[in-house]
Amino acid sequence: MSKVTSPSWTSDEMMAVAAARELGDGTVCFVGIGLPSTAANLARSTHAPNAVLIYESGCIGAKPDRIPPSIGDGILSRTADSVISVPEIFSYWLQAGRIDVGFLGAAQVDRWGNINTTVVGQYASPKVRLPGAGGAPEIAASCARVIITLRHNPRALVERIDFVTSLGHGDGSGIRQRLGLPGAGPRAIITDLGILRFDEERCHFVLREIHPGVNVEEVVEATGWALEVSPDVRETAPPSETELAALRSFTGA
Amino acid sequence: MTTFSTLHDAVATHVRDGDTVALEGFTHLIPFAAGHEIIRQGRKNLTLVRMTPDIIYDQLIGMGCATKLIFSWAGNPGAGSLHRFRDAVERGVPHKLEIEEHSHAGMATRFATSASGLPFGILRGYAGTDLVSVTQNIRFVQCPFTGESLAAVPRLDLDVGIICAQQADRAGNVMLWGISGVQKETILGARRSIVLVEEVVDFFSPHVNGVVLPNWVVDTIAVVPSGSFPSYAQDYSERANAFYAYWESVSRDRDIFLSWMKDHVLDTRDHSEFLSSLDSSLKEGVGV
Repeated sequence: MSKVTSPSWTSDEMMAVAAARELGDGTVCFVGIGLPSTAANLARSTHAPNAVLIYESGCIGAKPDRIPPSIGDGILSRTADSVISVPEIFSYWLQAGRIDVGFLGAAQVDRWGNINTTVVGQYASPKVRLPGAGGAPEIAASCARVIITLRHNPRALVERIDFVTSLGHGDGSGIRQRLGLPGAGPRAIITDLGILRFDEERCHFVLREIHPGVNVEEVVEATGWALEVSPDVRETAPPSETELAALRSFTGA
Repeated sequence: MTTFSTLHDAVATHVRDGDTVALEGFTHLIPFAAGHEIIRQGRKNLTLVRMTPDIIYDQLIGMGCATKLIFSWAGNPGAGSLHRFRDAVERGVPHKLEIEEHSHAGMATRFATSASGLPFGILRGYAGTDLVSVTQNIRFVQCPFTGESLAAVPRLDLDVGIICAQQADRAGNVMLWGISGVQKETILGARRSIVLVEEVVDFFSPHVNGVVLPNWVVDTIAVVPSGSFPSYAQDYSERANAFYAYWESVSRDRDIFLSWMKDHVLDTRDHSEFLSSLDSSLKEGVGV
């Protein structure tokens, strides 16, 4: 359960609102299920009515009026501009570089935005077997930019991830350029406590915003690596009435 | 040429111990009824292939039908884990399960390559990930024209491809619409194929984004209404989200799982008896 950070909204709602604000109007967005789907739909119903939502099930331009529990829900195909096969979505659309933003979740992420959704522990004898890659490795490689959303705690934002399912910025020494990856990689990590942004000069993620009611020490404490805090760290604008009303119409809260 | 048969006979004819089998469906049109029939007939040592193994693969793995799984995302969408799959991978219960793990883009390429009759396919993918070191079937080749390094994955060596579709006509042509996943590639990429349909019609009506498989590429059609339950067939049924949530409580404990499988799968004769055996709350509002 998400904790209540103020009488009027939860930390999960703040996270969804902050993630939605990352999407500009007209942005073409590859959406995973869960928080990414909530945030993208919130953006579409508020400040970005022309955002194009693409689901890996082959639904292009889906316009659901509720948050579907799976990426293959009938509401997505019935409201889409086009429904195409899975080989086509990954080859003609993602690989060919037609997507602006990839929205990904993570079980573990490190300071360079590398993502693990495969195993906790050793691959051959895992402590916890997670679902695996899905579309994420190529979303992380080929979208123009990537936004990561997850709840903030030291088991999720870790010093070293157990498995690189999807490549962020490697060890910060320019691996994306060496590999010739088309996309710029993760630019923001949005959590229930604040927003980390990729710092081009330092080549790792830096805390840039804290959500209302959260202090910097809390965020540092909840991060598994020695989190660098931007000298001009500021407070995220709280969710507006409009944003909250739209979000709750989706989530039924 | 296509033949029509019962699902029992289709599985008995086409699915053999040790086969490599794909029961595909990208959330939509998943052939659950065929998975249950494979379990009833006690198939063993199967290599199971699926982009998104979900509850039916959890059941096949938990019942000991599979020795290997080739996949890209194994979970219960929107509900939680596949506990029988996790037990097999984390603890070797009921026996060790070999896994071969890819990304969706890699698996989609493998399906398309199989349908194309090519030995391997290429994609711009996997670079810099640990999947490359744990999965032997991910290699890299150099483009002969530009020199670019590209990932290469082999075709899927499918003995049997099984899918659901909405309709067949009397000549045995098959039509499906809505989310089409890798349904077409599963049929075209396999040596033998089974399609479960909701009904047989005299003539197909056009559907936006409809896919037609001509009768000479489909081996056997079985008419199984709601054969995809708890998945769905667009314009025939809705996804039974309540069942997906409920599965978490069944699959978590192996004894509860085994007794559930006995009551609802092993001790039912066919899919309509399976559906009748379920509590009505699991079927509410989905049109089954």
